[in-house]
Amino acid sequence: MDAFKEAFGLIISFDKELYGIIALTLKMSLSSVLISCLIGIPAGVAIGSRNFKGKGLLMKILHTLMGLPPVVAGLIVFLLLSRSGPLGSLKLLFTVRAMVIAQVLLISPIVTGLTASLVAVKTPTILETAAGLRLSRPTKLKLILSENKAPLISVVLTGFGRAISEVGAISLVGGNIQHRTRAMTTAIVLETGKGNFKFAIALGFILIIIAFVINSIASVFRGEGYDYA
Amino acid sequence: MKKVLGIILALIMVLSTMAACSGGSGDTTTNEAGSETSGVPLQANPVIRCSTTTSVNDSGLLPYLEPMFEAATGYDLQVTSNGTGAAIALGESGDADLLLVHAKASEEEFVEKGFGIERKPFMYNFFVIVGPADDPAGIKGSATAAEALAKIAQAKEPFISRGDDSGTHKKELALWKDAGLSPNGEEDAWYIAAGKGMGDCLTMGSEKSAYVITDKGTYLSMKDNLDLEIVLGESDDMKNTYSLIACNPEKNEGLNSEGADAFIEWMLKEETLELIAQYGKEQYGEALFLIGQ
Repeated sequence: MDAFKEAFGLIISFDKELYGIIALTLKMSLSSVLISCLIGIPAGVAIGSRNFKGKGLLMKILHTLMGLPPVVAGLIVFLLLSRSGPLGSLKLLFTVRAMVIAQVLLISPIVTGLTASLVAVKTPTILETAAGLRLSRPTKLKLILSENKAPLISVVLTGFGRAISEVGAISLVGGNIQHRTRAMTTAIVLETGKGNFKFAIALGFILIIIAFVINSIASVFRGEGYDYA
Repeated sequence: MKKVLGIILALIMVLSTMAACSGGSGDTTTNEAGSETSGVPLQANPVIRCSTTTSVNDSGLLPYLEPMFEAATGYDLQVTSNGTGAAIALGESGDADLLLVHAKASEEEFVEKGFGIERKPFMYNFFVIVGPADDPAGIKGSATAAEALAKIAQAKEPFISRGDDSGTHKKELALWKDAGLSPNGEEDAWYIAAGKGMGDCLTMGSEKSAYVITDKGTYLSMKDNLDLEIVLGESDDMKNTYSLIACNPEKNEGLNSEGADAFIEWMLKEETLELIAQYGKEQYGEALFLIGQ
């Protein structure tokens, strides 16, 4: 119980290292999710809204990538960015950028796959209507996105949940360096191993609060804030 | 299609069972090699709990000695490995019958508090500083490790710290103190506090062309995959002495003191010390541990 008290003390005293780790984690997760969505949502709409040869195979590959183990994503990025790897000259290994690259590799298939599945449900009717009204292509795309707004927000949240809670990939390519690449999850692993439970608990507690806040904001966007009242 | 899937699934199951079985039978042969040999004494209280640090365990020394000890005495040695602090804490809580550790100050405190009977230092090795072959900070030939670290700090060449409160990390901090410096990763861009295990830090050092303080055993076992060389070895302030300590049965109930004494006695025998002195020569071309203190 003492550990909980001390953890709370760290939070309210604005412990510098603790808040540095939180800022780094948010920066990393938000960048990863933003990039993954910029890739995944257009790709998902493109795949989900029409039929083409090889779509079945493509969806199978996507679904496999959606379950890609984080350490495997980490390993791939590690080997690419390693000094002896093809992109070694960029000197990106053990930086926040490397962590974002690994997370994009993990999250963009999830965003693409989920978007493709959910777009496929409503799109045929939307396209029929659009054809009747002779709408232009951009208007059709806008219509598809706005008709799927609520589930798309869930997709973005799923991606964010994956980014902020992930530890295997960012530990491998980030290296858990103090003040530089230490995120909340890798810090929790380290501090627990050191027996410094108060720091680990404080971080775990904040991790849950962040998830709650983000979900609350998203539910307002989805317009379901009062649905459960 | 379903048939093919079924066959694949069945194959996976058969293969995994085979793998499990072969692993299992391998284990039993090594375990029973000792107890089934005739002429092994029967012990009333056969289980001995030995608490040691990860570096001792990773070196493979105990797994190498254990079957010989068990065959000779009939005891069952159970080894747990943790960081130095946790390894000693197991002795204080009565969860270990003896310790095999390498942190002199903490060991002396353990005996002073009455948890240990006597500290018996018996073997040692050296921490070394590894780094890029061209040695950009020019630490080759430094008289002490503290002097070498001061040179690294002055040249601002990258240095990887374990940063995880391990025995090796404590040793590093003591050396910085000797050098009269206290670098930290927030202000000093060259100082990288990784917060990871020895192997991970060596890999990072190789990637970043950085200096790393490591135990020699871990370095030798990973050498082939690293772009690092020993730039400072065997200086006096890098000595790392290992001791055996039997836990005091008056402090905790249910300790296997006879077992602990038997293991310590066996470890300190001429023949065993000779085995330790030979350990690693075949694999690494040099011994991982030296006899003495």
